[in-house]
Formats: sequence, structure tokens, C-alpha cells
Amino acid sequence: MSDKDTFSVAGREFSSRLLVGTGKYKDMDETRAAIDTSGAEIVTIAVRRTNIGQNSDEPNILDVLPPEKFTILPNTAGCYDQKTAVRTCRLARELLDGHNLVKLEVLGDEKTLFPDVMATLKAAEELIKDGFDIMVYTNDDPIIARELEDMGCAAVMPLAAPIGSGLGVRNPLNIRTIVENAKVPILVDAGVGTASDAAVAMELGCDGVLMNTAIAAAQDPVLMASAMKKAIQAGREAFLAGRMPAKRFASASSPMEGLFF
Amino acid sequence: MNISVNGEKTRVDDNLTLAALIDGMTLEGTRYAVEVNEELIPRSQHAEHLLHEGDAVEIVQAIGGG
Repeated sequence: MSDKDTFSVAGREFSSRLLVGTGKYKDMDETRAAIDTSGAEIVTIAVRRTNIGQNSDEPNILDVLPPEKFTILPNTAGCYDQKTAVRTCRLARELLDGHNLVKLEVLGDEKTLFPDVMATLKAAEELIKDGFDIMVYTNDDPIIARELEDMGCAAVMPLAAPIGSGLGVRNPLNIRTIVENAKVPILVDAGVGTASDAAVAMELGCDGVLMNTAIAAAQDPVLMASAMKKAIQAGREAFLAGRMPAKRFASASSPMEGLFF
Repeated sequence: MNISVNGEKTRVDDNLTLAALIDGMTLEGTRYAVEVNEELIPRSQHAEHLLHEGDAVEIVQAIGGG
């Protein structure tokens, strides 16, 4: 396969199709080791209150993952309405000196963490008007994915399964339909549990996969980061190679011609 | 006057600027962003932004997250 199998989001080109979150790690050393091993170029962060006057020596995530080396993708995780999502993106842009690529997620429910699609659409519209490039978390609904693309989102990121559930791609047919309809990158975001789940997403033709818990909550996060990197590459190559058609019955691999018995 | 900073109520001098408030917080060298009453105040305006009674200031940073 060519070294140039890249994808681009809002004019930025990437060769790693594995995007990783930076939450839930034991400490900054584990975060750094796992992310280095994953080969990810795009890493998500969250925006939260600064601890004023406390732990001022504690390393910041942006010291461990410098914006000069990684594409930092601020995430509106924890936002349940349009207003807080938009505020979070504006704060992130200020924090990162005008960097305008963000991951928008507006959640609807604490139990499922499914997206509030109506609020997501409104927040996306407001943020696009304000000059943001948006990678948007949504459900696996092809109609909504098309709507988000039409309104100008830079990438659409349907869930494989609920955030942090590790259930894998629950609706592969919808993911395939979303991929087939789209001109912007489609990345599976959330729900991947292990390497085969990531490979499935890539075999369906996704441009990439964004994951956090699958790596961070593995017993050995660094080893899982390595597995995920390989799974993403294997799934991508299998997609490009074009798999054989599945058949109900057997088809012998050795020729019948020249049998001597 | 009374304001709140990251949810904590605090008493500060009248006519305090946002820059003066932040100066006392040992945030030099760190990346942060500031809102007053849910509106982003760009860094370039901190020096002239005067705080008022009842203002809610939020100072945020990047942390690990999905």
C-alpha cells in the first residue's frame, strides 16, 4: 500500500487514522506512552476549570502533548445544551491561540450519552457561522449525518455504540450507508471495545476511528494502543483490498483437474 | 466588591481589572482562557476589562478527556 494513504479534515492532512482521547489514564506518563504508541496525530482534550493556586507544578496535558506536535481536538464532552457547547469551543479556541478545529458533542442523556441531535444541529450551525471547523459526534442515522455534512461540518463521527461501552459497531449497515453517502470524512467515534471492533469500522470504509476508553481502560493501555494501531491499519488495507464475496457454501481452494485418485 | 471565580465567592478591590485579578494566581506560563458572565474575554482585552459587582469569572484549561 502506498505511504500516501492520507485523509484530510478541513484542509489538514493526516496519515494516522487512529484518533485518541486523553481521559481516564492513570497518570500523565501512561497517557504519553499510550498515545506515542498509538501513533495518533489527532488527540482530543476537554476544557475544565483551572485549579487556582493548587498543584501549580502538576504537568498540564498540553505540556505532555504539545500543540506543535499533535493536532489538538478540543471536545465539548459533558455539554448537554447548545450554549455550553458553543462556550466551550470559544474558550478552547482562545486557549489554543485561535486553533479552530473542534469536536462537537451535545449529549442528551446521562445514562446512554447518546447525542441530542436537535441541539447538535443548532450548535453546529452557530459554530460554523463563528468560523469553526467541526468534527461532529452524532448517532448512526444516515439522514442526520447527511444533514450535518450539508450544513458544512468538516467530518461526521457516528457512534459505534454508547460512549465508554466497548460494545463495538452495533449497526454496521448504517455506518456503511453513512460512508457511502458522504463526501466529508466519516470517523467512528465511541463504543469500540477491542482491536477487532476498530478493524470492523475500517473495513466498512470509515476514514478513521476515535477512541479513548478502549485504550485507557485496558489492563495494559500501552499494549492495547499498539493493537489498535495495527487493527486500524489492517482494517484499512482490507477495505482497500476489497474483500471476497461471502458465500453460503464451500468453494475448494485446490483445483479438481489433475486428480489422480 | 463581591465576585465569583470558578464558582467560589470572593471579595476583591473595586475597579479591579481582569488582568490584575489573574496576576495574583500564578498562572504564568500556563495556557488558560477566561469568561466573564459566560462571555469569552480575549487575552488582548484582559488589561482594560474592568470587573463589576456580582461578575462570575471562569478560568479554564485543557485537561485529559475523550
